[in-house]
Amino acid sequence: MLIKNNEIVTDEWSVLRLHEGETADRVIVPGGKVIVPLPVWNCQYEALQGRTELGLWLAGFERAEDIPDDVRRFPVIAVDFHKFSDGRGYTLAYRLRKQMGYQGELRAMGDILCDQLFYLKRVGFDTFTLRADKDPHAALAGFADFSLSYQASVDTDAPLFRRVTRGETL
Amino acid sequence: MYRYDNFDHRLVAERVAQYRDQVRRRLSGELKEDEFRVLRLHNGVYMQIHAYMMRLAAPYGLLSATQMRMFAHIARKYDRGYGHFTTRQNIQFNWLKLQDTPDILADLATVEAHAIQTSGSCIRSITSDEFAGVAHDEIIDPRPYAELLRQWSTFHPEFAFLPRKFKISITGATEDRAAIEVNDIGLQVVQDAQGEVGFRVLVGGGLGRTPVIGTEINAFVPWQHILTYVESIVRVYNEFGRRDNLYKARIKILVKAIGIDEFRRQVEEEWSLNKDGNSTVTKAELDRLAAGFTAPAYAALPQQDAMVLALQQSNKAFANWVKRSVKPHKVAGYSAVVLSLKQSGFAPGDATAEQMDAAAELAERYSFGELRISHTQNLVLADVKQADLPALWEAAKANGFATPNIGLLTDIICCPGGDFCTLANARSITLARAVDERFDDIDYLQDIGEIDLNISGCVNACAHHHVGHIGILGVDKQGEEWYQVSLGGSKGSPANVGKIIGRSFSFAQIPAVVERLLQVYVRERYEDERFIDTVRRIGIEPFVEYVYATPVAEDEKLLTPDYDLIKKGAPYDTPYYSPRF
Ligand code: SF4
Repeated sequence: MLIKNNEIVTDEWSVLRLHEGETADRVIVPGGKVIVPLPVWNCQYEALQGRTELGLWLAGFERAEDIPDDVRRFPVIAVDFHKFSDGRGYTLAYRLRKQMGYQGELRAMGDILCDQLFYLKRVGFDTFTLRADKDPHAALAGFADFSLSYQASVDTDAPLFRRVTRGETL
Repeated sequence: MYRYDNFDHRLVAERVAQYRDQVRRRLSGELKEDEFRVLRLHNGVYMQIHAYMMRLAAPYGLLSATQMRMFAHIARKYDRGYGHFTTRQNIQFNWLKLQDTPDILADLATVEAHAIQTSGSCIRSITSDEFAGVAHDEIIDPRPYAELLRQWSTFHPEFAFLPRKFKISITGATEDRAAIEVNDIGLQVVQDAQGEVGFRVLVGGGLGRTPVIGTEINAFVPWQHILTYVESIVRVYNEFGRRDNLYKARIKILVKAIGIDEFRRQVEEEWSLNKDGNSTVTKAELDRLAAGFTAPAYAALPQQDAMVLALQQSNKAFANWVKRSVKPHKVAGYSAVVLSLKQSGFAPGDATAEQMDAAAELAERYSFGELRISHTQNLVLADVKQADLPALWEAAKANGFATPNIGLLTDIICCPGGDFCTLANARSITLARAVDERFDDIDYLQDIGEIDLNISGCVNACAHHHVGHIGILGVDKQGEEWYQVSLGGSKGSPANVGKIIGRSFSFAQIPAVVERLLQVYVRERYEDERFIDTVRRIGIEPFVEYVYATPVAEDEKLLTPDYDLIKKGAPYDTPYYSPRF
């Protein structure tokens, strides 16, 4: 199940993860819409570069400089949060969107809780796969936790003081 | 002070609703403790030995009388009638039920207050000079910038899950009373040759397990660019700060590891991408914030009040209090007054609900309805007419605020320690009381003069023991509590980390150890030389020699379990229980 545009939709993509004993250069990348990890992309670049329906996933610890220059070729990039308290993925998303010009689908997956959705959306994620034990319907409310924000990020390029007239009280 | 506009109100209200729902989900079991933990920490809620503790924000230490009354209300309604003011210029309540915490936030919201980011691995509530706006040595009032940064850091979407907590402190004065050198980012407001306002930016200071003095990363960042500059620092830290080891996760470790030059290069590179963008601060916004901090309606008064001077001549107790508690003010005829929360027999920094109400009342009567919390865990009335000092003194005495010990040995900076805190190795409050009991002669204390004594119950250093002139740290040796003593630390102008004098002492030895240190000082000092200056001049060796020359006797009283002070560490009617002691 995937959260997209505030709705629960069926996920058309499958995510390739390396299992015990598999290596990035050897693993067989299945056909169809598949999201592959960065090492697989790097190792099997020759074979994969022709595929248009191919997504890339990044671990939170992957650094911007290790990410391919041509991020725009991927229809979907996913950031995998191995632990929700590891906030590197937020800066990674910010860089992809603001500094690397990535405009395709940006997906947050892994250890994602509904209480992070508002922040994740602000830094540029637009699709989300929650942890399996969480109810995605109940989670949708998380987007509406706040109706405004003080600072600029990916969702809005201007801080509040440039967006509205401040200082008014009821 | 800054007043909320509709947007501030809405955001805080939405926070209350969000947190209320999180608590509901926790109580129903929908959220597990490890998931809820981070959420409650972002609202200042800890699980302590006896109960939940909640740390409420007083941004940059400033609060209104109305807010202080709300603290009193919270103390009465949800706690056991008192609260603890912290070195981060906030207040903590120790005896809460989780199900009450959303109501506490809702109550706070009615007085424009909250508990946002007072804990957790995020940008914490910002601290500043408790004399901001009135200090005689102030160049620029830092409070509008502190408020600017408060708003910017509130719910910053990218920085809610940093490697570790992140502390920012800001000062606008010559003397650094905000300890900017021991914060993750320290900001000093400065003016360049053209009179333009900007910030000298320090990075990578911090206490805790590895104390480090901050390093200058930029000598002058113009005020318009402060948000983008700070954002660049935090972004680099979020990406590269260590996450594999909790003890190495603060920004100071990153800066040390790659060096300040490389760190600066990375920050500059990041800054080049967002500088001059939309987050550049506008004059209009700065003016709006500054309007919240304009000078109150001061009366035109003579520099000195003759009646007060006469009373100082004739009344020694009043003179002692003035000498310690009354601080210079930039406006003629006014003073800033420190209300001591270091009353004998009480836990340092604690105030009862009645005291909070009384402080609010005094603020309204004598200081334009505002108060400050100092990082030394006292309260400050910043704008008092000198002519009102005698009346204020009487009222302060009646409410336990007039102990004339501000800046002296018994103005002890102390963490909650073993009476409350799950992490403690030692009983900080009890020890502070034991020291206070030993040195109760005010003439002796006056003679010893200014000295910072800081007591932390563990390496987390909540009481900043590293920067105490005398620092005491509770350490654990095979399950036993011991106390390590350091000497020569200083919190600012310039800051430095004290040196450990040698092997640790038992609880009952510490008062005598402090006494020996003071004896060396009295023997060695030049006339009018402060303790810290003597230590700096002669080094710690003479102190070490004397302290360890002969065995230090334990104070028998402190070994008696029935002795009142030992029986009841934190002096309240509470079931004293700690798994550790
Ligand atoms: S210094 Fe240690 S014992 Fe004291 S309050 Fe902080 S964490 Fe607790």
